[in-house]
Amino acid sequence: MNETGVGQSVRRREDFRFITGAGQYTDDINRPGQAYAVFVRSPHAHAAIKSVDIDAAAKAPGVLGIFTGKDLAADKIGTLICGWMIHSKDGSPMKAGVHPALAGDKVRYVGDHVAVVIAETQNQARDAAELVAVDYDVLPASVSPQTTQEAGQPLLHEAAPNNTVYQWHLGDSAAVDAAFAGAKHVATVALSNNRLIPNAIEPRAAIGEYDRGSGGYTLYTTSQNPHVARLVLSAFIGIAPENKLRVIAPDVGGGFGSKIFIYAEEVVCTWASRKVGRPVKWVADRTESFLADAHGRDHITTAEAAMDADGKILALRVKTKANLGAYLSTFASSVPTYLYAPLLSGQYDIPAIYCEVDGVYTNTAPVDAYRGAGRPEATFVIERLVEVAAREMGIDPAEFRMRNFIRSFPHQTPVLSNYDTGDYPLCMKMALENADHAGFPARKAASAKAGKLRGIGFSAYIEACGIAPSRAVGSLGAGVGLWESAEVRVNPVGTVEVLTGSHSHGQGHETTFAQLVSQRLGIPIDQVSIVHGDTDKVQMGMGTYGSRSAAVGMSALDKALDKIVAKATKVASRVMEVPEDTVEFTDGVFSGRGTNKTMTFGDVSLQAYVAHKFDTAEIEPGLKEGAFYDPKNFTFPSGVHIAEIEIDPETGITKIERWTAVDDFGNLINPMIVDGQVHGGIAQGIGQAMLEGAVYDSAGQLVTASFMDYCMPRADDLPSFDVTMTNTPCPSNPLGVKGCGEAGAIAAPAALINAITDALRHENIAMPATPQAVWRAAAASRQQLAAE
Amino acid sequence: MAAIGMIVNGKAVTAEVEPRLLLVQFLRENLRLTGTHVGCDTSQCGACVVHVNGLAIKSCTALAVSCDGATVTTIEGLSPAGQLHPMQEAFRECHALQCGFCTPGMIMSAIDAVNRKGTSLDEATVRAELEGNLCRCTGYHNIVRAVQAGARAMAVRPLVQAAE
Repeated sequence: MNETGVGQSVRRREDFRFITGAGQYTDDINRPGQAYAVFVRSPHAHAAIKSVDIDAAAKAPGVLGIFTGKDLAADKIGTLICGWMIHSKDGSPMKAGVHPALAGDKVRYVGDHVAVVIAETQNQARDAAELVAVDYDVLPASVSPQTTQEAGQPLLHEAAPNNTVYQWHLGDSAAVDAAFAGAKHVATVALSNNRLIPNAIEPRAAIGEYDRGSGGYTLYTTSQNPHVARLVLSAFIGIAPENKLRVIAPDVGGGFGSKIFIYAEEVVCTWASRKVGRPVKWVADRTESFLADAHGRDHITTAEAAMDADGKILALRVKTKANLGAYLSTFASSVPTYLYAPLLSGQYDIPAIYCEVDGVYTNTAPVDAYRGAGRPEATFVIERLVEVAAREMGIDPAEFRMRNFIRSFPHQTPVLSNYDTGDYPLCMKMALENADHAGFPARKAASAKAGKLRGIGFSAYIEACGIAPSRAVGSLGAGVGLWESAEVRVNPVGTVEVLTGSHSHGQGHETTFAQLVSQRLGIPIDQVSIVHGDTDKVQMGMGTYGSRSAAVGMSALDKALDKIVAKATKVASRVMEVPEDTVEFTDGVFSGRGTNKTMTFGDVSLQAYVAHKFDTAEIEPGLKEGAFYDPKNFTFPSGVHIAEIEIDPETGITKIERWTAVDDFGNLINPMIVDGQVHGGIAQGIGQAMLEGAVYDSAGQLVTASFMDYCMPRADDLPSFDVTMTNTPCPSNPLGVKGCGEAGAIAAPAALINAITDALRHENIAMPATPQAVWRAAAASRQQLAAE
Repeated sequence: MAAIGMIVNGKAVTAEVEPRLLLVQFLRENLRLTGTHVGCDTSQCGACVVHVNGLAIKSCTALAVSCDGATVTTIEGLSPAGQLHPMQEAFRECHALQCGFCTPGMIMSAIDAVNRKGTSLDEATVRAELEGNLCRCTGYHNIVRAVQAGARAMAVRPLVQAAE
C-alpha cells in the first residue's frame, strides 16, 4: 500500500504556504515600475455616451494615461467573444451584440466599462477616475428576463431584435405531446432559479506587462484557464501572437466559474502596459466584483411531467427563459442550453423530453457559468417536479423516485446524454438509512409539539462532468476542443515535474496529481512537483471547470505516465541486459523476470540521461513524455441528498437539522479532498436556496452590491454535513473517476426547498427562502388549513 | 504625511504615510506582508484580520496612523521560528482550507476566539465566533473541526507569541 498513492487522504502539499501567509495571489505580485489602473464604470443600466471629458483627470497628480473604447478601436484591439455558437430552432445562428472591452457609444449595465485611468498609485488613479466627466443620455432599461422580449421594451443590441439571442430547443416535441395526451396525471411547476453572484473571496485582479526588448507581453491574472485566456487574447482580441503573450495564473483564490471568462480588465491592462510603458495592475474592489464579475443562474421555468397511474414518468416538457445579461460572456450561450437540457432526465427513465430555451438580453451584468452551470438548474427543475408529482399522487417521494430510477447502463436519455454507469437505488437506500428516515415521523411529531414545522426533502441529482469529447462538443457549437494535456519530466535523479493544463484554485492538484505519480512510479510524493498556471511552462491546456481536472486532466497525466513507464522499461532492459518483455515494474522497482537483476526508478532515470548503456539510435536519451487526452464521454456523478429542517412559524427561521449526502463519484483520488469539495458545494447550494439572490431594481441598479446587502453563507448559517460515498467506477476514463466539484451545489437547492415545502405543505416558495418568505408561506398555509 | 512606528511581528518599523493609508495597505504595500488579504470593502469578509495589541481586528477598517505605537501580529508572525502554530497545524490536518485566500484571516480570528473563549470550544461557539469571516470554498465544516482541534492543541502546547 502506497501511503501517498491514489485513494489516500494525503494532507495537502500546497497548504504550508497558505497557512503561513506565503501564498502568491495576483495582488501579492508587484512588478518593478508598476502603475495602477482604475476603471470608470457606468452608473446607469442603459445610456448613450455623448462625450467623455478627460481633461481635468489627465492633469491630476500621478496620471500616466486615460483611455476609452476609441483608443482600443484605433489600435485595432478586438472585442470580447462568446466561444459557443448556439443555433435557434429555426436554424438561425444566435444573435449576439458587440461586446467591447471599453464601451463605444453606449453602456448597457451598471458597472459597464467606460474608461481606464492609469496612475502612479492606486489612490491617485482612484482620485483621477472621479474627475473623468462622462456625459450620459440615460435610456430606459430592460431589466426583467420575464418581459424583455415584449414589444416596446428598450432594445439592447440592434443585432438582437426583441432582446432575443436565441430560441433553442432539444428533444422530440411530438413524442412528448403524445405522451401527455395519454397521461393519467400531469404535475406542473413554475420556478425561478435565482440569480447568484459568485463571490470568490479573492477579487479578480490583473497585471499587464510589456517587455520593449522582446516585444512580448505578460499577463498575471486570476484565471481558471490561462491557456484559454492566451488563446482568446491572441487569436480573437489580437493583443499579440501567442508566442509573444505569456499568461500566468498564480495562486487563485477561488473561482466557481467566475474566473473562467476573459474579461475587459485583462484586455485593457495588457494592452495599456505598452501604451504607458509600465506594468499596469488592476485589483477589483468587492463592489466591482458584484457589478462586473459574470453572475450565475437566473432562469424562469415552467415544467410539466406526465405520469401513468403507477407514477411512472412518461414525458417531460420544459420551457425556460435564461437571462444572459447585457453581453454574452465567454461561455454564456452554452450554459442554459447544452449544459442544462441534457441533464433534464435526472436519474429517471423518461421516454420523452422536450425543452425550449430562450436566451435573452437584459440591462444587467453578463451571466455565465457558476458552480454547476446549467446542471443545478436542471436538477432543480426535475427534483422539484418529481417531488410535487409524488405528493400530488399520494406516493412517498422516495418511493416515487425508486419507481422511476434508471437501472441498467449504458442508458441513452432522450436529451443527448448517454449515462455510462451508476447505482441510483443504492444511493437512495443508503441515504434513507443514514438520514434515519424511519425515525422522521417521530421527530416531526416532537417538533409539532413544540410548535415547530419539520420537513424532509430529497434531491436525487445527476451531473455531467469531465467536459468533454472534443468532436461531440464541436458538433454542438463549441469553439474549442476540450481535451487536456500533461507532460512528465523525469530528472536524472529520479525526481519528477508534472506540467498540467489543469489549474488549481483550491482543488488541491499539487497533492492529487502528485498522488497519481507517486502511485504509478512508486516514488515518494516529495519527489514530485506539479507545475500549472503558466503558459510559458505548460505548453497548452484547457483549464479547470466543470469538474474536469481528475477525469480529463489526470487521465492525460496517466497517459503520459504510461509512456514514461514504457520508455523506462526499454532503458531498464538494456541496462539490465534482459529481454524487454521480461521487465516488470512494481512499486518503483524494475526487475528482470527470472533473474535477480533489479533497478529502482531513480537508477533507470539516471541511466536514461547518462545514455552509455543503450543504443541512442534506437532509444533517445532522456526521460520526458507528454500526452493529450480527449475523453470518450462525459462522466455522470450522481447521488442523493436529504435535508431535514425545522421551521419556526412565528419567525420564519428555517434551521437545518440534518444534512445527509450519499454520492457516487466513481474512484476517489483523495477522499479528504472530495469530502471538502462536497461540503463547499452544499454550502453554495444552501446559500442559493435560503440566503443569496442578486436583486436589480426596475432601473437596473444592483441593490445587492456588497456583502452587507448580499447574504453570503456564514459559519453560523450552516450545519455540519454527513457525507458518504458509494462507488461505481467510471468506465469512460482510465482512472474510473467522475468528478465531485459541483455535486453539492447541484443537489442542495432542491433538497432544501423540497424540505421547506414539505414542512409548510405549501409548494409555492421561491429561492431564496428567506425567513420573511418562509414566514409568509407559513402564515398562508395556516390560513389555508384553517379554511379547510 | 504622518510619521508612525509599530512593532510588527516582533520587529520595530517606522514610516511616513498618508493619513488615509489603511493598516492593511501599510502591511501589504509598505512592509510586503502579503499574507494579510483584502476580500471586500465593507469590513465583512475577515480576510484581513490581524492582531493589534493582542486583539483581532479587521485591518481594512483601521488607519495605519491609528495604530501608531501598536504591536501588530500578522499570519507571517505566527511561526517566527519556523514551527507552525497549533492552529496552523490544525487547519492543515483537518483540510480546513481550499483556495487559501480566507485562511490567514480565519486563523487569526480562530486564535483570538481561543484567547477569549478558552481552549474547549463547542461547535456552536466556533460557528458564532467565525461570523465575521467568510469562506466560499469549504462550507465551514472542516474549519469548525480545525478550530476545535487547534484550540485543544493550544491547551496542550501554550504558544509563546514572540511578537505579542
